[in-house]
Amino acid sequence: PAASAVLKKRLVKLVVNFLFYFRTDEAEPIGALLLEHCKITKEEENVFSISFIEEPERKYCFECATEEQCLEWVEALRRASYEFLRRSLIFYRNEIQKMTGKDPLEQYGISEEARFQLGAHRQ
Amino acid sequence: MKLNERSLAFYATCDSPADNSGFLYKRGERHTAYHRRWFVLKGNMLFYFEEPDSREPVGVIVLEGCNVELCDAAESFAFAIRFGGAKSRTYVLAADSQAAMESWVKSLSRASFDYMRLVVRELEKQLQEMSRGLAGGAGGSWKPKPLEPEQSRERLPALPAIPPKENGCAVWNNALGAERPPDTSGCASAGHDEEENPRPPPVPPRRRVSNGEAASVAESPSAFCRLHEHYSREVARLRQDWQQRQRGPRP
Repeated sequence: PAASAVLKKRLVKLVVNFLFYFRTDEAEPIGALLLEHCKITKEEENVFSISFIEEPERKYCFECATEEQCLEWVEALRRASYEFLRRSLIFYRNEIQKMTGKDPLEQYGISEEARFQLGAHRQ
Repeated sequence: MKLNERSLAFYATCDSPADNSGFLYKRGERHTAYHRRWFVLKGNMLFYFEEPDSREPVGVIVLEGCNVELCDAAESFAFAIRFGGAKSRTYVLAADSQAAMESWVKSLSRASFDYMRLVVRELEKQLQEMSRGLAGGAGGSWKPKPLEPEQSRERLPALPAIPPKENGCAVWNNALGAERPPDTSGCASAGHDEEENPRPPPVPPRRRVSNGEAASVAESPSAFCRLHEHYSREVARLRQDWQQRQRGPRP
């Protein structure tokens, strides 16, 4: 159910950093939300919302079947962004380097990759 | 298919650092003519603009489930982004030099979310194995304090160097009026009930002396997400303390 007063039943699928939504009997998604720079908020029981940094008042609300399911979704969505993944990677790299003195990315030949650097590309 | 285009455009044009950017020639869909476009790679999204200062992208290519390969086009320094699937299009791009082409092919082929996730899981596994191996032994400590080994391992700071502004996090937090304890300036988190997606990993507060709580986390593998949750509670508590000590909200 997306950002309207009316709740519509939708099949929702999290694939990488996209949240796809389908009409329950259709194979092609109606739409998708890119989950970067967004905020996942636990609302009232069984409900969570997604809002985006450039339009914080607009909330995409989702009602789940159970509270447990709702919390699972909140957790999953908060970890769904590419940026979160990138930070985890940098964190682990750092940790391992501290413990072993070696850069774990060297074995993959990607230690110089821009996207894995701490505070890369200051603009 | 609908897409939250405004959010995409925001992601494309915001301050967050790009993983690669530059001019490339893009072959048109029906015509064989090439158009010069300004390309910006962020995460698994390849945006392209008319000009570097355009306010919004002309288009975007989502780099999941694709192959990046050199190609035999008439244009020199050409490469292709090829998608599987019957209706899928192959994007042919061309750079200005051999070096530029190689740089793009490299960064595009590692841009997918899946690739990132693979590497993260590998590192996570490595870290877990090391933690188990070192349990009870002397772990590396970022602070020369005589903390117990398990605790000192968990105390390793996550990312003190990433200023939240680079990810647009500071903007978000300021908009919410969230207050941050001065010590943990590298961490924008404001308590678990205000968790937002772009939150940087929390920095363990430097002031804190070892306590029992860190020891309880040390027993389990130091998975990033678990630490994330754990420190969010600490930060929430710290923030509460700090707020009580302040006279008024920070600007």
